[in-house]
Amino acid sequence: MKRIENWVGRLVVKYRWLFILGLLTVALLSASGMRFLTFSNNSRMFFSKENPQLQALEALEQTYTKVENVLFIIAPKSGNVFERQTLAALEFLTEESWKIPFSSRVNSLSNYQHTRALADDLIVEDLIRNGNALTDKEISDIKTVALTEPLLLNIMIAGDGSVTAVNINIIKPEDNSYGTEKVSAAAVQLKKTMEDRYPFLDIYLTGGVMIDSAFAEAPARDMRALIPLMFALLLGLLVISLHSVLATTCTLLVIILSAVTGLGLAGWLGIAITPASANAPIIILTLAVADSIHILVTMFHQMRQGVTQHKAIQESLRINFQPVFVTSITTAIGFLTMNFSDAPPFRDLGNIVAMGVISAFIYSVFFMPALTAVLPLKTKQKYQNRNHLFSKLGEVVIAWRSPILWSMLILIFFTTAGISKIQLNDEFIKYFDHSYDFRVASDFSAEHLAGLEIIDWALESGEEGGINNPEYLQKADAFAQWFRSQPEVRHVYAFTDIMKRLNQNMHGDDPAWYRLPEQRNLAAQYLLLYEMNLPFGLDLNNRINLDKSATRMTVSTPNIGTAGVLDLERRGRKWLEENAPSMTTYGSGLSIIFSHISERNIRSMLKGSVLALFLISLILIIVLRDLKLGLLSLLPNLAPAFMAFGVWGIFVGQVGLAVSVLIAMTLGIVVDDTVHFLTKYQRGRREHGMNSEDAVRYAFNTVGSAIWITTIALAGGFTVLSFSGFQINAHMGAMTALTISLALLLDFFFLPALLLKMDK
Amino acid sequence: MRSFLTTLFLGASLLSVPYAFSETAEEKGLAIAMEADRRGDGFIDYTADMEMILKNRHGNESKRSIRIKTLEVPGDGDKSLSIFDTPKDVKGTAFLTFSHKVGDDDQWLYLPALKRVKRINSRNKSGSFMGSEFAYEDIASQEVEKYNYKHLREEQYQGQNCFVGESYPVDQQNSGYTKRLTWTDKKEYRVLKVEYYDRKQSLLKTLTTEDYQQYLGKYWRPGMMHMVNHQTGKSTTLLWKNYQFRTGLSDNDFNSTSLKRAR
Repeated sequence: MKRIENWVGRLVVKYRWLFILGLLTVALLSASGMRFLTFSNNSRMFFSKENPQLQALEALEQTYTKVENVLFIIAPKSGNVFERQTLAALEFLTEESWKIPFSSRVNSLSNYQHTRALADDLIVEDLIRNGNALTDKEISDIKTVALTEPLLLNIMIAGDGSVTAVNINIIKPEDNSYGTEKVSAAAVQLKKTMEDRYPFLDIYLTGGVMIDSAFAEAPARDMRALIPLMFALLLGLLVISLHSVLATTCTLLVIILSAVTGLGLAGWLGIAITPASANAPIIILTLAVADSIHILVTMFHQMRQGVTQHKAIQESLRINFQPVFVTSITTAIGFLTMNFSDAPPFRDLGNIVAMGVISAFIYSVFFMPALTAVLPLKTKQKYQNRNHLFSKLGEVVIAWRSPILWSMLILIFFTTAGISKIQLNDEFIKYFDHSYDFRVASDFSAEHLAGLEIIDWALESGEEGGINNPEYLQKADAFAQWFRSQPEVRHVYAFTDIMKRLNQNMHGDDPAWYRLPEQRNLAAQYLLLYEMNLPFGLDLNNRINLDKSATRMTVSTPNIGTAGVLDLERRGRKWLEENAPSMTTYGSGLSIIFSHISERNIRSMLKGSVLALFLISLILIIVLRDLKLGLLSLLPNLAPAFMAFGVWGIFVGQVGLAVSVLIAMTLGIVVDDTVHFLTKYQRGRREHGMNSEDAVRYAFNTVGSAIWITTIALAGGFTVLSFSGFQINAHMGAMTALTISLALLLDFFFLPALLLKMDK
Repeated sequence: MRSFLTTLFLGASLLSVPYAFSETAEEKGLAIAMEADRRGDGFIDYTADMEMILKNRHGNESKRSIRIKTLEVPGDGDKSLSIFDTPKDVKGTAFLTFSHKVGDDDQWLYLPALKRVKRINSRNKSGSFMGSEFAYEDIASQEVEKYNYKHLREEQYQGQNCFVGESYPVDQQNSGYTKRLTWTDKKEYRVLKVEYYDRKQSLLKTLTTEDYQQYLGKYWRPGMMHMVNHQTGKSTTLLWKNYQFRTGLSDNDFNSTSLKRAR
């Protein structure tokens, strides 16, 4: 190692132009891959193909047609939907909605297929026709139907009649002609048309397609908002720490090259950009800056002591090559273990950042020194003061080692205990903050109507035509009624309601007959008659399977959170086991698979985290050539993540998917400070024959300031990430910043106190 | 080179022949539809057995079997009676339609479990027929007057020279389509393929017909009709068997009493 370090410095200075031009070429070639980058816009990108809940959902969709939806929420400013102008607007919107690309079904109050008896006939027709010409009596009849019909109340119309909805089902074709933006653009356009035509309406737009489109929008939005912030932060930090415009420019160049190399390579590899992986550049910028700072700080330190520029570069590389190499490798390992995640976006994030970090190492060690070698760098004498501060800190720790050690242990213990307060929550709608229109619309929908969070139940009868079996109908109906009696359920769409209604219609609309038919063939024939009456796009194929052996029941449960969804699904399944064992099945839907996502990813990342811990500890032991020190370092490396969980649990509580990758990710980062501190400590012990107290002093004097600056940069960078409008990123940023800050605390207080106690 | 030019001129002059009568594309389209209709005239009545096979994207299947009786009504649309044999829950259910050249068709359904005949709102003719990919309007008697036509071109389809033309439903409000694209073979005026375009003008379904057989030396009937829904990936196949013509059916076989008798 020693030989390489000397050799690198000389080589870089000697062949500086070759390194500058060669590496610039490499960077540009890699970066040219950025043109291949695509944005993934599907809420399902967070699930691997092997995800069992996703597989269950896809099986259900194969039977009933996989649909996405666009949901218009209409709220008349008057607070009353049942007015002529609003009903006419609703009719217009319903008609226009059929023209949205890939639409396959439009449901609204207006085209609801209302059934009634007329003499001996069954009349099936739109609930609203010619809204503008309706009489008061007709409007009041429509209102009565809307507010009593279980298929409408609380899903298409609010209980107080103030809000209604138009739902458009979208089918994605098998070929590649589908584009989320085609649908969302048409929907946004239609919303605008409606607002212009009917200014007395408030219109909100949400639905699966709008969520998907938000998933596509989030990366660009984050990049636009956060990257400039990131640069401002880094610029400030660099100017303060380096006091040199040229050096700052060099560093900025290195981190930009690292980020575009990482992204470019991702493009070459065909990795799609997702809201999670879109933050790779921000993370790369953050991580890359540390390498340059370490090298430049040492260089300037040398120059201030009167060493020539080229000699200073060589000396800095000699001192820093190993720690920078080791910290880059450990960071890369941490990120690479994200490949264990069940969520592909995290794998992509891990890989892109790992590539960026390795690039940062290469550019920091080979490109930046070569560049500084050809630039007239100057520095001011200013450093003494701050080193003084860290010397004092060292003295404090040495003097108070016992109380510090104990209070740190107590701190670790108590903060970590907060983990029990952490609640996993992945409501995919809440991944987006209120700066997204669809989030506002979704919240409004959840407040007044059924919301977007649903649990689907495929209820099998086990035989062809079995859904007409009275026994099946009774059980399915009892299941629906059971759900309706659950406080957290807003709406249940049950096929059995159609049957009851038909039975009543066939008995002259006598309310006494609003009950399930008692003969199988009678039920089947009612259903046939009803189906023969339904118009285009409003058939029952999304509710009943091909051979009429199963029906789909949909339970809407807005705002109950992950734990609530899982609990409700479990209770529903239990009800089936006890009351209709032959129909027992799992509830399905996006809410369900998102509800499992954190747990599943934590489990899959556990292996990754253990592997990261093992590899990183191994590297530390090898680098330090000291088993004891290596093992001792485990505690300050691992504790910060757990403490961060605990602090989060105490102050925030809820956390989602981001939590799963935190340990593996931060381990590789926080270990850097430990590496820098321990290598200096060890150099003091070995090269200068110091005792542990002096070695601690030496470590504080030499790297205290660099650790401080890089930690500020790292914590700052991840704090910037915490401003993301995408919750997973915001949580990841905040928790990582917290972890890094706690790691700094432990490295300055706990680690030296521990060394003084254990390494005598 | 000269021969090429000659061919070109010859071709151009030949092509211009049909237009010599200054027939518009609309007129030609209508003429083709009327000729097809004319060739189908005079069958008097026929019966057939139909098996309907429904398939979803997953490949799951479900079958229904139906017997069909049709009576030609001179000057108006046909009368037709469909009797469902399976699924067994709807066995004996009978569907009677009087199609009309102008205005809505009349439709009734007899429900044996209820022993009642119920009228059906035939405005909703665009809906799925028995859960299949066929709408009532796809299998109902194709009266010329129900569409406007436009001839587009002639082209080869499955080795046969075909007219390719568009037709647009007259009753736009209640049809599920904005447009149909039809391939009719020039020799026998049989419909070989139809593409259906929905309200947003995108391709919804494609019907292909196969195994045409000629009856009474004149009337062509397909042995198989296959409808694919491109948007849902579902499909329905109709297999026709036992075509019998001029079986002696009369108006009495197509009224509410006959509905109840039908088994």
